[in-house]
Amino acid sequence: MNWLLDPSFSTFGPDIDRLYYIILVITGLVFVITEGALIWFLIRYRRKEGRKAAYVHGSVKAEVIWTTVPFVIVLALALMSKGLWDQIKDPAHFPDNPYEVLVTARQFEWITTYAGADGEFGTDDDFTLTNRVQVPVNRPVLVHLEAEDVIHSFFVPDFRVKQDAVPGMRMPVWFEVTEPGEYTLGCAELCGIGHYRMRGTIQVLPQAEFEAWEAEQIALRSGTGQENLAARSPGEDDHGSGADEAGRDGR
Amino acid sequence: MSATGSMKDYRMTGYAGEHHHHEPSFLRTYIFSTDHKMIAKQFLLMSLFFLLLGGTLAAMIRWQLAFPGQPMPGGGILPDTMAPGGIILPEFYNAMVTMHGTFMIFFAIMPLMVGVFGNLLIPLQIGAPDMAFPRLNMLSFWLAVPAGFMMLASFWVEGGAAGAGWTAYAPLSASGEYTGVYLGQQLWLVSLFILGFSSIAGAVNYITTVINMRAAGLTWFRLPLTVWALFVTSILVLLAIPILAGALIMLLTDQTLGTTFFLPAGGGEPLLWQHLFWFFGHPEVYILILPAFGIVSEVIANGARKPVFGYHAMVLAIIAIAFLGWIVWGHHMFMSGMNPMLGTTFMLTTMIIAVPSAIKVFNWLGTLWKGNIHFHPPLLYGVGFVSLFIVGGLSGIFMAAAPVDIQIHDTYFIVAHIHYVLFGGSLFAIFAGISFWFPKMFGRLMNQTLNQIHFAGTFLTYNLVFFPMHGLGLEGMMRRLYDTTQYAYLAEIQFWNVFITWSAFALVAFQFLWAFNFLWSMWKGEKAGPNPWRANSLEWSAPSPPPHGNFERMPVVYRGPYEYSSPESEEDFLLQTEPPGARPGPAPDPEPIAHGEEA
Repeated sequence: MNWLLDPSFSTFGPDIDRLYYIILVITGLVFVITEGALIWFLIRYRRKEGRKAAYVHGSVKAEVIWTTVPFVIVLALALMSKGLWDQIKDPAHFPDNPYEVLVTARQFEWITTYAGADGEFGTDDDFTLTNRVQVPVNRPVLVHLEAEDVIHSFFVPDFRVKQDAVPGMRMPVWFEVTEPGEYTLGCAELCGIGHYRMRGTIQVLPQAEFEAWEAEQIALRSGTGQENLAARSPGEDDHGSGADEAGRDGR
Repeated sequence: MSATGSMKDYRMTGYAGEHHHHEPSFLRTYIFSTDHKMIAKQFLLMSLFFLLLGGTLAAMIRWQLAFPGQPMPGGGILPDTMAPGGIILPEFYNAMVTMHGTFMIFFAIMPLMVGVFGNLLIPLQIGAPDMAFPRLNMLSFWLAVPAGFMMLASFWVEGGAAGAGWTAYAPLSASGEYTGVYLGQQLWLVSLFILGFSSIAGAVNYITTVINMRAAGLTWFRLPLTVWALFVTSILVLLAIPILAGALIMLLTDQTLGTTFFLPAGGGEPLLWQHLFWFFGHPEVYILILPAFGIVSEVIANGARKPVFGYHAMVLAIIAIAFLGWIVWGHHMFMSGMNPMLGTTFMLTTMIIAVPSAIKVFNWLGTLWKGNIHFHPPLLYGVGFVSLFIVGGLSGIFMAAAPVDIQIHDTYFIVAHIHYVLFGGSLFAIFAGISFWFPKMFGRLMNQTLNQIHFAGTFLTYNLVFFPMHGLGLEGMMRRLYDTTQYAYLAEIQFWNVFITWSAFALVAFQFLWAFNFLWSMWKGEKAGPNPWRANSLEWSAPSPPPHGNFERMPVVYRGPYEYSSPESEEDFLLQTEPPGARPGPAPDPEPIAHGEEA
């Protein structure tokens, strides 16, 4: 554990990490310079008998310098941050043709809803997963994030993704994963006594494997309707019907 | 502007030397006192009690984080609704997290800063016999006490204390069905509402006193930076607290009367709470740190025996922070679902607020530069403040950069940051201030050796506790998790939670040393003369402790408060009240700038 970040596995992850390292270098330098000056002054100007401190009230030149330089630095950081922020968060910059899922947070689980054959959420052929989000690799995924009861936060450290799920709102969150695998999904907003165990898995599959799994689920829905191990019947767990139905389960 | 007639009344009667006192009763001296110094001491006692309580909760939180599910030593005395067999329950954990933040922010740091130093220093440093409204001052304290006990009592009501975090995000806080906490959350709301009146009463008093009751010759730019900081802080309090009060009422009616301001099921808006809370909450952050800026400037100039470097820049920086503090609240909400384009605006303002903070740090360094530094305990604490505030300020840049905040928001990086600012920052300044002005409260000095040991031990263990939290946050350790080992990737770094917890216990142990020193010195400490630190401002012209009415004679001010090592004086200090010697200069205005006190 140190000041280095763990590797990220989303397309914008490295950009966030780069910004982080830029800030780390700048603040690191400022830290060394200011703390160094502090220690140096404490040693150099420690009390000596018979010496009087300099009778100095300040320096306009110094004030101008140490106002302007930090101003320019933080302004530059703000502009760099803005560029990346817009690229990630501005809906106008969202990638085209994403794979869409609906994730509903509630005390204390994550329900992932897939649109099924008709591509529409809230219809009979939807299928759901609990505490598991299964998505394809190398394809933008757009999560429609909802909450049923209180505020939760959809946090995937490995992707550099975090978004609060707010009851009454449907938040768009996108990411594109660059490597298949299992990643941890956590809740980052205090949501009640089970907050600490409200975790899930993001299962990222190769495209073909994911499509096969999805096709299988759709087939099951349209066929006998029997339950399978991965997916649950929407009948008993119908959460995909829109933002204004934020329920209050009281759990 | 000229003085009014009533001005003369208070001058005639207010000052100690010109007034014959009856010996007031015990009740009027110690309990229902209107003397600003006694009220400062009352606030000190109250806030130290809540500091101890908040610290105890922190130690229990740390136990649970290091050893989840293991019985806590001594935890057996807690009722089964909190920790059966000493094992902390998740609902109690959430309550502890909530109440730790609440006690520390509202009942420890805020009253220490505003209640203690505001009360003690404003009249003494401006040369006034007392506050403008002494009874309002008394009321301010006696509103804070029941508020504190109401908050404390909520631990023992059915359902326990509030468990929605000190930020009380709705809807979690808006309905008991989400947490099982009904009455506890309501007491939390009512308690803070009452405390708000206490703060407003104090703020009105401080503002009036500073504007109207400055001694002759004490112009605005001859005020000590502590007075400037407390004055600006009071304006923030006066403007910010009513916003909190409004939000608290709305949340309370959601809880009790069936309104739905923050409940989406009834058409409410959860984010509205966050906007209101942080619109109050960010100025609140500066309420907790601005007085620290003042105190630290004071002790560093005194220790370095040098005038504060860039006095005017320091004043302007305080004012700039106070203004900018109103337009940065959205940085708490980058991930909240607020329109992300709004985030850009808040990112910009938040970055810019780093500038006045940087100005302050550079000017403190400038004050030490070419000084003749006496390492007395107040200076040590003050320098400790600067070095830790640098860390807290720099870590703030990471959070201000919204894309980086995606990773660290709501993680231990934030916990590290707030503790670098509020503990490394505010609390170190409080240690500096208490050791510096202890003589003006109790007539004695704190034991300096114990203070030095306390400083060294606290500085070291403090960093061992809070610095690794940055790393935990970067790893993705969320805040307010009852059991972090539930996450496999966090279980791998559990070593650090254990390390932090042991360090925290050591940190707590050093605080007991301070508490011992505080109590011992109150009765047994070395007696202090009027000016043990050889300082300049007006309080050092008064006896230690100052009598009722503070000054023997009405002080007249001839210069600024930081004329250390002036060539005008043989000594390395020059009292503000010392008349100019051979050096010719304009005579000071014998009347204060303005005065509007009602008779």
